[in-house]
Amino acid sequence: MAREPIFSARDVEIEFSLRGSTLKAVRKCSLDLYEGETLAIVGESGSGKSVFTKSFLGMLDANGRIAGGSIMYDGQDLAKFKTEKEWLKIRGKKISMVMQDPMTSLNPLKKIGMQIQESIEMNQGVKGEAAKKLAMEMMEKVGIVDVERRFNQYPHEFSGGMRQRVVIAIAVACKPQILICDEPTTALDVTIQAQILGLIRNLQKELGMTVIYITHDLGVVANVADRVAVMYAGQIVEYGLVNEIFYDAWHPYTWALLSSLPQLGVKGEELPAIDGTPPNLLQEVVGDAFAPRNTKALAIDFVEEPPYFEVSPTHKAKTWYLDPRAPKIEQPHTIQRLRSNTKEGR
Amino acid sequence: MLKYTVKRLLQSLFTILAIVTIVFLLLRLLPTDYYFTEDQLMKMTEQQKHDQLERAGLLDPMGVQLVRYYGQLLRLDFGESRRLQVGFKVTDIIAERFAISMRFGLSAMAISLFLGVLLGILQTINKNGILDHIGTGYTIFVNAVPHLVSYSLILIFGQKVLKLPSLYSPRNPGPSSILPIICLALGSVANYALWTRRYMVDELNKDYIKLARIKGMGYREIMVKHVLKNAFVPLVAYIPASILLTIGGSLLVERFYSIPGMGPLLTDAIGLYDTNIVQTLVMVYASLGILGVFLGDVMMMLFDPRIKLAGRGETR
Repeated sequence: MAREPIFSARDVEIEFSLRGSTLKAVRKCSLDLYEGETLAIVGESGSGKSVFTKSFLGMLDANGRIAGGSIMYDGQDLAKFKTEKEWLKIRGKKISMVMQDPMTSLNPLKKIGMQIQESIEMNQGVKGEAAKKLAMEMMEKVGIVDVERRFNQYPHEFSGGMRQRVVIAIAVACKPQILICDEPTTALDVTIQAQILGLIRNLQKELGMTVIYITHDLGVVANVADRVAVMYAGQIVEYGLVNEIFYDAWHPYTWALLSSLPQLGVKGEELPAIDGTPPNLLQEVVGDAFAPRNTKALAIDFVEEPPYFEVSPTHKAKTWYLDPRAPKIEQPHTIQRLRSNTKEGR
Repeated sequence: MLKYTVKRLLQSLFTILAIVTIVFLLLRLLPTDYYFTEDQLMKMTEQQKHDQLERAGLLDPMGVQLVRYYGQLLRLDFGESRRLQVGFKVTDIIAERFAISMRFGLSAMAISLFLGVLLGILQTINKNGILDHIGTGYTIFVNAVPHLVSYSLILIFGQKVLKLPSLYSPRNPGPSSILPIICLALGSVANYALWTRRYMVDELNKDYIKLARIKGMGYREIMVKHVLKNAFVPLVAYIPASILLTIGGSLLVERFYSIPGMGPLLTDAIGLYDTNIVQTLVMVYASLGILGVFLGDVMMMLFDPRIKLAGRGETR
């Protein structure tokens, strides 16, 4: 990957003040985005994946703030943005977002078409009929048929999948360079999921967008992603190409995630689950945040935070296992099996 | 829509009829002595009283009286006042007072709707700021302090500082109406501000506002194009009822300023057992209330496309 990243977040720290104490939701996360690629961020609830990406468009809740690091995009450091006015130049126009729940993302009292048209008028400087025409084109583009009639309908006359198409139309109406999809299919029927993923993929190709998927569905990841970042307790613990994460993971948390996939389980054997809970981010985390839940944790995991070790030029993992001084550790059977199965299969 | 309206109207008529019947029957349970003044009771013989009651049909069996009353209602004949303004038609007495109460009520409503909603909007924009706290303080004050106390404060201030008349007088309706209207508006300004703020803040926290922000809409545009209209929907349902009920007049304010409106009429009529006036007034109040709720539903439907009162709407 010799290409220049179009977007580069470095050591981003995000804090929330909660009744006088400080919650460190994101602890020094770095991320590069390349043109046209698809990055998936996976991790359990509360790992900070949503918060991290929300900070890219200034959508943190009122009690949250970027406490450190930089977010370089388009020659500017977004982490230094203070006012809504600065964000309005980026938001919707350059970086956009699709939220999880299409049932509540649309204004129930406004015609579908107007909600898309609004976005176009806001950002593209066209008004009235011209904007309406563009809005209708956008509706067609996201796969809504009978646009003339649908334009004048209200959200309650649309099904969940259709609403998510509208939300997507709104998000990409201004042809953003980066589209963040925050669990875009979680609230939808399984049969609709594939359609929505396909739609996003087509739009991505057509508009040349870079897409970030936030999900805890590894099936989705395998389907759509070029690269994967695994988040745990506010940190990216491992990242790499999708093959590298699925077939050659090194962080124990990634292992645990993969092992708990029902598709990879063996019939008759109990499906592994990850015991325990993530650390409390209101307190300082010592060592490797995953160590207390890791049955094969090393002594050093409880004392010192591991740095990133390079597995390949595109693949890094934040675990002491990769330190040359560490005892020889084998990847779990599931991971090995995964790799050999696919190799045979190919 | 037509079918729904007709159905609702029939239901309302039935409700009013039930209310009227109950009130009528309850009033007939009173001892007949109440139909006479003290003077009459002293001077008239039992026979004279009996004759008078018989002539008025008050000694007939209850069923007969009720049927006769229904007949009168159908002819829109509400009878005459027996004690309050002897010999005057009830409709004339009420109409005159109705007009006065309506003038006060509607002026107060117009003012409080405007000021209340405006205050609510300002409070929302200035959420947790000084203005918001002042507004909340005002709302709490108005609701927590007994009305008579706040009315007295207004009266003292208006009289001493602004030199305004402290009693309503029909010869000087302009200036003498100012203080009563302020008193009438006092409470509803607070309530409109409270509800407006509450519903706007509710809307502001909804997901679609986030999407609007992601779209790149500024705060002002979100307020104007999304929040205001949506916050108005729940509010709008209460407006017709509260407007109509102010027409009924305020008991307290109208007494306080000696306004010859509808409010004091009811208590006066009850005090004097003027049954015809009481019956008719109760019917008027019931009709206003029912009409208000109905109009509220219609307004909701006009504002909110999800609400289809006429039955199942077409979906998808």
